[in-house]
Amino acid sequence: MVTLVVVLAVIFIIIFYLIGLFNSLVRLRNQVKNAWSQIDVQLKRRHDLIPNLVETAKGYVKHERGTLEAITEARSRAMGAGSVGDKAKAEGALTDAISKFFVVVENYPDLKANQNFLALQEELTSTENKIAFSRQAYNDQVLYFNNRIQMFPSNMIAGMFGFQQSEFFELEDKAERQAPKVDFN
Amino acid sequence: MWELISANRRKSFFLFVIMGSCLILLGYFIGAAYAPRGGGFIGIGIAFFIWMILSVISYFSGDSILLAVSGARPVTPDVHQQLFNVVDEMKIAAGLPAMPKVYIIDSPAPNAFATGRKPENCAIAVTAGLLTRLNRDELQGVVAHETSHIMNRDIQFMTFAGVMLGSIVLISQIFVRSLWFSGGGSRYRGRSKDSGQGAAIFMIIAIAFAILAPIFAQLLYLAISRRREYLADASAARLTRYPEGLASALEKIAKSPEKLEGANDATAGLYIINPLQKNRADLSAWTSTHPPIAERIAILRALSQGASLVDYQNAFNKIKGKKDAVIPDSGLKDATPVPLRGAGAAAEKGAGAQKRELGDLMRAVNGFLFLTCACGLKIKVPPDFKKESIACPRCGRENKIPSAELATLAGVGAIISKDIPGMAPSGAPSTYKRKGTGWETFNCTCGRPVQLSPQFQGKEITCPSCGRKTLIQS
Repeated sequence: MVTLVVVLAVIFIIIFYLIGLFNSLVRLRNQVKNAWSQIDVQLKRRHDLIPNLVETAKGYVKHERGTLEAITEARSRAMGAGSVGDKAKAEGALTDAISKFFVVVENYPDLKANQNFLALQEELTSTENKIAFSRQAYNDQVLYFNNRIQMFPSNMIAGMFGFQQSEFFELEDKAERQAPKVDFN
Repeated sequence: MWELISANRRKSFFLFVIMGSCLILLGYFIGAAYAPRGGGFIGIGIAFFIWMILSVISYFSGDSILLAVSGARPVTPDVHQQLFNVVDEMKIAAGLPAMPKVYIIDSPAPNAFATGRKPENCAIAVTAGLLTRLNRDELQGVVAHETSHIMNRDIQFMTFAGVMLGSIVLISQIFVRSLWFSGGGSRYRGRSKDSGQGAAIFMIIAIAFAILAPIFAQLLYLAISRRREYLADASAARLTRYPEGLASALEKIAKSPEKLEGANDATAGLYIINPLQKNRADLSAWTSTHPPIAERIAILRALSQGASLVDYQNAFNKIKGKKDAVIPDSGLKDATPVPLRGAGAAAEKGAGAQKRELGDLMRAVNGFLFLTCACGLKIKVPPDFKKESIACPRCGRENKIPSAELATLAGVGAIISKDIPGMAPSGAPSTYKRKGTGWETFNCTCGRPVQLSPQFQGKEITCPSCGRKTLIQS
């Protein structure tokens, strides 16, 4: 009788522990999704801003057709991208195209004096920053979630219920890679 | 970030014990000086009562009192879009649960502070002078410093310490002044009859305590305040990953000659740079709320390897030439490298443009309305202007004041609630057909009047209140 009670108690504890593990995995997966939607809002906002930018700049930068077309093209490719990895690559290309354009703009004082353009440039810069900051938050979440999926004992639950690892959102950030390492010591 | 908050909690408990015992002893000795038998405990009761009243006031209305004293006004994003964007960016970077409220202080002196007892309900205030003088990266640095104060729960902590200090100072002041006015001779004669030696001894201890306790508490408070400034600088560098922005902002703020009128001894410690001690570089390090500015700048500039908290501690050790844990140990555990990023496009504004922008900004904060006349002149209409139209001072053309602005003028000071950018309501945009080429006003679907200027060339216009787009046909 006593052994039966003990065995039942142990089984109950194990079941409740497994339920807890499952729930924590679900919670983490939702956090990853939430972090992703934060990035998505900013990416969408950037896609919305670009037509306005092209429209405003078109009249001023007649000799830079190619730069503007590159932006439009990169935008449509980014909007069509499916998986997180593809999206990251396409959005990285878009970031490059935009920053190239902003360098070109330096040669057009008339455009730089346009209030509409300045407001758009500010919005784009800010969106760019917001993407970078929410990307950090997203990648932190993904790292934590993937660790849980791979580590014992939660990996068993993850395998049983088909929890898949999430993809990191890695932009090709040139400025980041080229940050010079200087040591005066 | 949580590790820093919990380190903060532990420290605040420690502070509570030290300052609290200061307060209790002070209350006891003063009470005992008047009535040696049982008076000490009545004294403790009174001290506790004063502390509680001050705590309740500061907890429930501390932030609104502070904002009112400093002359800060709530603003909408159309007054300064960049400031709102930068605050939003730092909110995302710091993972704050809500967007802080944004205030602009109507002053040409550059400075900033943050307030609010919870991260869900906090505010960041910057002066108009700061906005015109700093470029985007520098503004981001300053906002990041203020956001760090919110994120690390510094505001709660310093308010708490400030209330303790305030109670100690208040009680000592009341006691010392009561001695002054009651006249020494008669008191000693009166006391010596009924309680003898005891009261005299307690009186001496109480006087000594009333003189020393406030000084001790003040030094403790200042030491904590300075430490929190270093920590906020370190967190700001980590949030923006661009320490140079904050460094050059501090440099510009320190260099400016203007004085901030809304600051006094009680609020000085809350600003990013102490507005009262700005020009006193030789001031003893012991008696200031902030670390020396030159030192803060030097530490930020020494961050050449990365922007993590560990990097900041190393830079601090190098500049100060001594080891002093400025970052709590728990913050140093996380050794993940934080790479630096490059500078954003920074256009330096000329002195004339700065002055013009400052004037416009201060008028916008005060509810002025801007009209662009067809001749190109920007007309500034004061908030108490009641007529329907105004004559251009340059070309004499009559400019109608759009009713949208009249509506805004009617509610000057009222905050127009605006949805978060990017969260604008969706749905097919409505269309509006232009009647002519002058000023025109139509009502957005949300009911807010929207004005079109004679120069408006675009195909659509966004409602400043609800964010809906309206297509414009000409």
